[in-house]
Amino acid sequence: MNAILELFQYDFFLKAFIAAVFASISCGIIGSYIVSRRIVFISGGITHASFGGIGLAFFIGFNPLLGAVLFAVLSAVGIQFFTKVAEIREDSSIAIWWSLGMALGIIFIFITPGYTPNLMSYLFGNILTVTISELWWMFTLNVVIIAFFALLFRKILYIAFDEEYARAAGLPVTLFNYLLIVLIALTVVLNIRVVGIILILSLLTIPQATANLYTNNFKNLLILSSVFAFTGTVSGLFISYFLDIPSGAAIIFTLVIIFAVLKLLKSVF
Amino acid sequence: MEPLIKISDLNVGYDKVPVLHNVNLEIFEKDFLGVIGPNGGGKTTLLKAILGLIKPFNGTIEFRKDISGKKKPIGYLPQVKHMDRKFPITVFEVVHSGSIMEGASKSKKIINEKVEQLLNEMGVYDIRNKAIGELSGGQMQRVFLCRALLSDPKILILDEPDTFVDNRFEGELYERLRKLNEEIAIVLVSHDMGTISSYVKTIACVNGNLHYHRSNTITQEQLNDYNCPIQIITHGAIPHTVLKYHQ
Repeated sequence: MNAILELFQYDFFLKAFIAAVFASISCGIIGSYIVSRRIVFISGGITHASFGGIGLAFFIGFNPLLGAVLFAVLSAVGIQFFTKVAEIREDSSIAIWWSLGMALGIIFIFITPGYTPNLMSYLFGNILTVTISELWWMFTLNVVIIAFFALLFRKILYIAFDEEYARAAGLPVTLFNYLLIVLIALTVVLNIRVVGIILILSLLTIPQATANLYTNNFKNLLILSSVFAFTGTVSGLFISYFLDIPSGAAIIFTLVIIFAVLKLLKSVF
Repeated sequence: MEPLIKISDLNVGYDKVPVLHNVNLEIFEKDFLGVIGPNGGGKTTLLKAILGLIKPFNGTIEFRKDISGKKKPIGYLPQVKHMDRKFPITVFEVVHSGSIMEGASKSKKIINEKVEQLLNEMGVYDIRNKAIGELSGGQMQRVFLCRALLSDPKILILDEPDTFVDNRFEGELYERLRKLNEEIAIVLVSHDMGTISSYVKTIACVNGNLHYHRSNTITQEQLNDYNCPIQIITHGAIPHTVLKYHQ
């Protein structure tokens, strides 16, 4: 126990812990929305497309997270636009943006002179290297998400559940869809530092699957998913530190174990 | 009398492919219109056009002046088979979602009371905290009917409310609709012509185009003429009007 408490004296660990809290809340809420609406695949597309922005940032020389935000939002809106306006099949639109972003990222990084030191931490995450400014961005995102969901909870829920009915009632369904897809893009990008591009989908789906074992109420799902995300992220952080293994992978491993054990317990009892 | 809804020369469909051609229809106060027709004939398309979910290619759908605002005081019960039954939402919340429709009270307290009252009336109060995935087909229909009625609509639109419904509830449902019809207009889509014909006041047959009568009887010959392949069951006890062929 002392060994754990001592860790909090380290600046890097405290920052990682705070990042875990922020990531759990944003991914818990946004992930619940994604899972309920069955748009996990869209989220995967946005995540991977953001790699193009990271590559561009390396090449030109600005903050990679800014590049990722740019590409994530662009692809999020792009997927919606391809599907709704250009009438390309949704799964194909997603695949186009997904692979285009990855391809651009690879080209940019290839033509960037020299070695790109942090590349691995963007792909697989490294919560222990989170910076103060990144924490501020995560904090802001959390405030926006919580405010958005607290103020418009029922509208979000009713549109997600029955979009056609919401349209018949005259709610601004399209506006909501765009706003939420942008929030998904921002959530994905600002949490890349925690588990990385390749693994971020896990934080958006596994805690939700675990929470779904215990509740079918959307509001409880948001809260419980955040709690399970927090449990998994923090436990993973400790495991990563004590076993000296990569944090992103340790976090996902913990999330899956929690899900598997609880699912098993629920099936048996 | 001015109709609540007046549809004139309506052409409508999806992705530039027309489904309905030159539809003309008037729905009056306290009408009870049964819409029948084969699958793919455009029954649901007609409802969607009325609800404003799809835009007409040409023609118009006009609402009576007092209900012609941007939002329409319509109660809508969609086909429950299209619902995502795995969605994490409780029965109470589904009914409460009717509050987004025009005509619903703005007061949270009144809405909550009305939700509980409807749940009670429809016999689904005890399952109000269950997820919709745990319900039977009949229970689903009741819950969605509660939602449609929450906003005290002027017009109630029901898309096949009799699918998955047990016999007991079917009778109950139509009796309830008959009562509601004393106050409001009802448009009911069904492919079970036999059951609805004793409740509805008018019948429309939709099969690419629309034929309708201001009467609740229709003969097999007329259905043949309309190219409306529906089996008809007549009711011995009910007075019969046989309509002449008309265009």
